[in-house]
Amino acid sequence: MKDKFVTFSSTCIPLPMENVDTDQIIPARFLKATSRQGFGDNLFRDWRYDKDGNPIKSFVLNDPTYSGTILVAGKNFGSGSSREHAAWAVAGYGFKVVVSSFFADIFKNNALNNCVLPVVVSEKFLASLFSSIKANPKALVTVNLEEQTITNEATGEQESFDINPYKKNCLLQGYDDIDFLLSKKDDITAWENNHK
Amino acid sequence: MNTLFDKIWDAHVVNLIPGGPSQLYIDRHYCHEVTSPQAFAGLRERGIKVFRPEKTFCSPDHNIPTLNQDKPIQDPVSRNQVETLTKNANEFGVTLYGLGHPKNGIIHVIGPENGLTLPGYTIVCGDSHTSTHGAFGAVAFGIGTSEVEMVLASQCILQPKPKTMRINVNGKLKPFVTAKDIALYIISKMTTGGATGYFVEYAGEAIRNLSMEERMTVCNLSIEMGARGGMIAPDETTFEYVKGREFAPKGEAWDKAVSYWRTLKSDEDAVFDKEINFDAADINPRITYGTNPGMGMGIEDTIPTIDRIDEAGKISFQKSLDYMGFKAGQKLEGHPIDYVFLGSCTNGRIEDFRAFANFVKGKKKADNVTAWLVPGSWGVDKQIREEGLDKILNAAGFELRQPGCSACLAMNEDKIPAGKYAVSTSNRNFEGRQGPGSRTILAGPLVAAAAAITGKITNPANV
Repeated sequence: MKDKFVTFSSTCIPLPMENVDTDQIIPARFLKATSRQGFGDNLFRDWRYDKDGNPIKSFVLNDPTYSGTILVAGKNFGSGSSREHAAWAVAGYGFKVVVSSFFADIFKNNALNNCVLPVVVSEKFLASLFSSIKANPKALVTVNLEEQTITNEATGEQESFDINPYKKNCLLQGYDDIDFLLSKKDDITAWENNHK
Repeated sequence: MNTLFDKIWDAHVVNLIPGGPSQLYIDRHYCHEVTSPQAFAGLRERGIKVFRPEKTFCSPDHNIPTLNQDKPIQDPVSRNQVETLTKNANEFGVTLYGLGHPKNGIIHVIGPENGLTLPGYTIVCGDSHTSTHGAFGAVAFGIGTSEVEMVLASQCILQPKPKTMRINVNGKLKPFVTAKDIALYIISKMTTGGATGYFVEYAGEAIRNLSMEERMTVCNLSIEMGARGGMIAPDETTFEYVKGREFAPKGEAWDKAVSYWRTLKSDEDAVFDKEINFDAADINPRITYGTNPGMGMGIEDTIPTIDRIDEAGKISFQKSLDYMGFKAGQKLEGHPIDYVFLGSCTNGRIEDFRAFANFVKGKKKADNVTAWLVPGSWGVDKQIREEGLDKILNAAGFELRQPGCSACLAMNEDKIPAGKYAVSTSNRNFEGRQGPGSRTILAGPLVAAAAAITGKITNPANV
């Protein structure tokens, strides 16, 4: 059982870069751990810290103006390597939702498997959201998975987002794919017998 | 009226979850040390075994050094990850080609080499370059560690079915244009996210004429335009390559397999969600100038000017050029470079070493260039020596290192220093990919060879 996903409102951390690849989310040299914990400390490591390990003040995660559990990113977030460590880093830092106009496929699956909800919005909604956060870093966004809606509370703009009903149910109930697959062992064996 | 992709995918669906993903049966599962430890730990926590251990094959490749592999790995964290894979493989009874094993190498090189990758298979690995195996007419794609755990636990994964795309490369290639150039050309036209959500079939005369290893290079890079995977229908080239390899079917089973494999092609009237045509004659030797593989151009072209970039992309474009130390509108031909890397699951096979060695034969490596030549596997290394390529390379001032992923992602000691330019035959030019601050220029083996000889970005056709 994992944590259940509930409706919430939060301020956002904006990252208006496009094509943020998983090597930026978590560089390869931090992939050497054998557990799922601790990756949040190195989220966006090389944008966040200089080579001596000092925080780079201009990077958004080091800017006290911004906080929250929603990351808002430019299009094609999570491209490149399949490393689930990227999703562990995003989750480990404390994000529950990533909002973008477009996600890479593998990152999207990995995020969902770690109770981080990728919310795809239109380019227009995204641009407006970046503006709202810039104008007021305390601007709130509400994410309602049950209704599949995201609301920019500063402007009242609301969009609905897609998620397949199976995954939605998993997130709402805190279920896990392996529990499901283990319950299907007979079907798997039957498939194997039919394909010899 | 089915596509090749539909035929293989549909044949492997165990259950279709209403409104949800497919439960897909997996024929072959590859594992390396970086993305598997948490999955094996998950099985241990649940108290379950690997469901079909004979279908999983492991090889450590990302962390391993490319010098002195007979000695213990110096970095204790890397060593721990490699040792954890050994421990997991032994405990759960899956096959391991560990460090020091004659079959050890990059997982995407050794799978095909040993006949583990076959047409019609579904193949997964916790690694995005699993798309390589699509070259055989397999549905092969990268997965996350939670999905690795699913495969170990049940030999299945839950996966939404992607859309289909066919990319035709029509006509004949020009001289000095390699499979890597085809792929970099396609990715630059498609952009780094242009095929996201799709599974791509490559077709057309230029693809059909490629060797098996060249096909692997093209399929390997599918993920760099966001595609879930890439594949090429199997044909005589495929069967000839597979025949006689250790795990390939033998005797009667072989004949039966081939007659099935011959059915694995898209039907004449198959409809793809998207179909794109390119002309092979438009492709020149290529390089990248930015920090994603879509930021590429012909080797004699100039970097786009900022007015050609759409508004939302301008910040990323400028940040990318600043990182690389290049200017919009700049021509890169003749630009000095510091390192050359030949290797990786993209270009670390015997044909890549043949191409590189033939090019540098009788010439001398430029003094300002450090060259790392890393075979993709011990099998490739053995063949290099049997063909005498090592002697040609040595005479030209090059030395071979030991197999592994090496400087492609610099998880071992093979890191390009900050600010240095590397012409690299690998697959990603992301910021810091080849070491913090490293500047990567992606290219094929011939452009890499030309750069190694002249010390500059050079069109191999002009050397």
